[in-house]
Amino acid sequence: MAIKVRIPAPLQKLTQEKAEVEVRGKSVKELIEDLEKNFPGIKDRICDDTGKIRKFINIYVNEEDIRFLQQEATALKDGDEVSIIPAIAGGVK
Amino acid sequence: MTLRDDQIERYSRQIMLPHVGGKGQAKLLDGKVLIIGAGGLGSPISLYLAAAGVGKIGIVDSDKVELNNLQRQIVHSTANVGKAKVESAKERLTGLNTDIEVVSYNTRVSSGNILDIIKEYDIVVDGSDNFPTRYLMNDACVLSKKPLSHGGIFRFDGQAMTILPGESACYRCLFPEPPPPGLVPSCQEGGILGAVAGVIGVIQANEVLKYILGIGDLLAGRLLVFNALESSFRTVKVRKNPKCPVCGENPTVTKLIDYQEFCSLRKKKG
Ligand SMILES: [Zn+2]
Repeated sequence: MAIKVRIPAPLQKLTQEKAEVEVRGKSVKELIEDLEKNFPGIKDRICDDTGKIRKFINIYVNEEDIRFLQQEATALKDGDEVSIIPAIAGGVK
Repeated sequence: MTLRDDQIERYSRQIMLPHVGGKGQAKLLDGKVLIIGAGGLGSPISLYLAAAGVGKIGIVDSDKVELNNLQRQIVHSTANVGKAKVESAKERLTGLNTDIEVVSYNTRVSSGNILDIIKEYDIVVDGSDNFPTRYLMNDACVLSKKPLSHGGIFRFDGQAMTILPGESACYRCLFPEPPPPGLVPSCQEGGILGAVAGVIGVIQANEVLKYILGIGDLLAGRLLVFNALESSFRTVKVRKNPKCPVCGENPTVTKLIDYQEFCSLRKKKG
């Protein structure tokens, strides 16, 4: 099943500058694995060494933060929209 | 407060709004807003707040105006290159509206001065360009229960959220800790179109005006995400996190932290 994923600016280098990609997966965990398969190196940016999502990156399924759902085990269904949203520093010097 | 004739004339186009009226205008003239950063976000924020007649506007920044700022930092002018940003902004804002007081703080906020600076304001606006200031500002506002309008931009992405301490999620509820150095894109990878900063800054100014007027729905508990290439806006829910390090049930951040600067280029170039 195809899930649309919103890719934030800091990670778009890994997705050939695409802000939205389609991947497959029945859970957020599977989605991250499929992202990594398609865009090698992206998992490292999203997850730390232990495989947990980094503290300055949030993943939303539709409008909900997965930290308040079932975290990485959060189930996905066709048509869901996933957003990866990192903390961004702000202005530019 | 009775409005003078010139005030009624100056603000007539907002006074005629049923949401504002003479009473709303009086609230704005009574309002005290602190803007941290007189750059890409601080420029549109300060211009719109000054034009609307927010009575007291404080601006904090320690930098000087550089030629490469002018592409987006629209409060400054070519003639003011080399001048302190806060002085340059004050000149422009008081020129725009003689009716308001602009207080300049030619300094960098730190754990030592921030509580003192924000104390006398009703709401604080984040126009900063770095994580140490952003987290410091969040913690200071949560600890002293000051509302805070957050805004951030990176390339074609923008984010905005309004924080009402005790009521809605804070920045650490959203992102508990700043990223460690090396894991965020460096300054060189940045780059920004001035208009993108404008979009987010104007949203922040609008949030502040709504807060002072007590109208509408604030971006409290919601993060607005803007993509400039698509001209799309999305919002995601931001819940108060019971495990939040500063506003959660067992806070671990009970005093202010000065995080290290992440970007060495910034230090050098200022
Ligand atoms: Zn919090």
